[in-house]
Amino acid sequence: MAAVARVKVRRPGTGRVIGDRFVGRALRIYLPLLVMLVVTLFPFYWMAITSFKSASELFDFSVSPLWVREPTLDWYRHLFTQTNFPRWAFNTAIVAIASTLISLFCSILAGYSLARLRYRGADTIGWGIFVTYLVPPTLLFLPLTFVIRELHLFNNLWALILTYPTFLIPFCTWMLMGFFKGIPRELEEAALVDGATRIQAMVRIAIPLALPGILAAALFAFTLSWNEFLYALIFMNDSLVKTIPVGVTQELIHGDEFFWGELMAAALLGSVPVAVLYSFFVDYFVAGMTAGAVKG
Amino acid sequence: MASVTYEHVTKKFSTDTTAVDDLSLEIRDTEFMVLVGPSGCGKSTALRMLAGLEDITAGEIKIDDQVVNEMPPRDRDVAMVFQSYALYPHMSVFDNMGFGLKMRGSTRSEITSRVKEAGRILRLDQLLARKPRQLSGGQRQRVAVGRAIVRQPRVFLLDEPLSNLDAMLRVQTRIELQKMHQRLGTTFIYVTHDQVEAMTMGDRIAVMKDGVLQQVAPPREIYDQPVNMYVAGFIGSPRMNFLPVTISDHKAKASGLELNLPKAPGVEHGVLGIRPEHFLPNVSETDAAIDLKVEVLEVLGSDQYLYGKVGSDDLIVRVDPQLKVDIGDRVRLGLDMQRLHLFDAGTEKALF
Repeated sequence: MAAVARVKVRRPGTGRVIGDRFVGRALRIYLPLLVMLVVTLFPFYWMAITSFKSASELFDFSVSPLWVREPTLDWYRHLFTQTNFPRWAFNTAIVAIASTLISLFCSILAGYSLARLRYRGADTIGWGIFVTYLVPPTLLFLPLTFVIRELHLFNNLWALILTYPTFLIPFCTWMLMGFFKGIPRELEEAALVDGATRIQAMVRIAIPLALPGILAAALFAFTLSWNEFLYALIFMNDSLVKTIPVGVTQELIHGDEFFWGELMAAALLGSVPVAVLYSFFVDYFVAGMTAGAVKG
Repeated sequence: MASVTYEHVTKKFSTDTTAVDDLSLEIRDTEFMVLVGPSGCGKSTALRMLAGLEDITAGEIKIDDQVVNEMPPRDRDVAMVFQSYALYPHMSVFDNMGFGLKMRGSTRSEITSRVKEAGRILRLDQLLARKPRQLSGGQRQRVAVGRAIVRQPRVFLLDEPLSNLDAMLRVQTRIELQKMHQRLGTTFIYVTHDQVEAMTMGDRIAVMKDGVLQQVAPPREIYDQPVNMYVAGFIGSPRMNFLPVTISDHKAKASGLELNLPKAPGVEHGVLGIRPEHFLPNVSETDAAIDLKVEVLEVLGSDQYLYGKVGSDDLIVRVDPQLKVDIGDRVRLGLDMQRLHLFDAGTEKALF
């Protein structure tokens, strides 16, 4: 092989071929990538710099809007002292964590049983769950409003903690089902023969092996709950129980008056936790999506 | 240590697929029983029903005198070695081997001593901290066996434990498993599709086909007195030659051969069975003989196989490797009348 390679390098014009290849590669891969990066990141950039601009600079059109001349933390200070933002952030975190945990618990059990236990109708139930996931929230919010009213949960965080799983559980179950199906059945059979009960086999064998999938499902559930808007808008009217997406859009915009500085500061802070989570678990997340897609 | 009894056991996966059909089989205490047959013959299903991994459609399985049909796998006190080994990938070798004891509530010190002992026997002492993916195929196989022996179960179930090993390791492990059986003095039930494994390891062999048990007997008897053409063809390598014959009274006539049968079988159409190793190099006046037209030669050093035709029938013959033969030669060979089999052409059952 080495000899063959050397012959190729010596061939005249090789340098030019390599150069062309580099240019071609840049044109085909890096240029489109750059364009995409700019397009997707520009709103974040805009959001970030706006949140650090002073009030006078915000509306000064004589200078380039793409840079900050005198960065200020005024809007952040204002956000934390003059608005209920800290409370919204706390609410969002509570709701997202609680609904993620509830959804995971149910989805692990449901996904495992659908993947493993051979009971009558398991396939039908599996498809049923998938179809449920396809029903849009805009269709569901009317009946859910009725349920929440009957339970007297308006303006109560439980309203969200209980309704989010309605769309989280179907997706997570479907995804985890694929993961559990991917684990060789024999591993659990070996555990059963070794003296484990079905639950022990699940907890000690299946769940540790499905951990990447479970993490991906958790990340997905957390992100969806964190960003959810529709249900939070309908069920939460009192300022103290609002979540970030609702609080920001309702209370930092008064009629046609936009408090741009606070808005952008709040949006930036609201997107930080999700961004951090993703950066830690992005590999799991991708693995989870593909496993669910192929094996489901 | 325990005996195992299958009584009219049937397993249907759906109304029209029957994996095991009315299986009755008694496996004695401390016996090494081999279930053998081609893939899909129901041998693995029979084993899995005993382990409790498959429901039983009809009949009863007993371990000693206890019916275990409804008993969950963990209470049956059997250990199983899977074809894929089924080692827990997220646990160390030590934890893999100790898992069964842990599930049964053994103390930490007991688990440690039993796992170390098994590790020593199986030469895994140095590997106890490793994860399965860091082991070679042979080592994984030994861990799977180790996981079974630390439990000290009443019955060992082995489902094609050697089929993922390369040929050399397979022979070596085959011998180790036999030693293990002698040392432990426990009942072994071993499933394989390989007739060599069956012949070499089993105290008795149960040959299965399409979910139906064909014959249960010690290896010698299976080889010498197969009950039907299926068993005769499955056991032995190369397989037994089958020559269709028409029979009138004592005389059997094939396309290239005529001989006198020791007794009148009472059927018109039969199949003559003779193993490649049961031809005689020297033909006396009284022996039945054939003229083999040699088409292919295989010299293996210890043996020489001739592939050829007698009349219009194909035949394989094992001869002395020193015998000088060329392709196209006609070789005259005698038939060992003592080792001749005759089957009914219709039912395929052995007549003698």
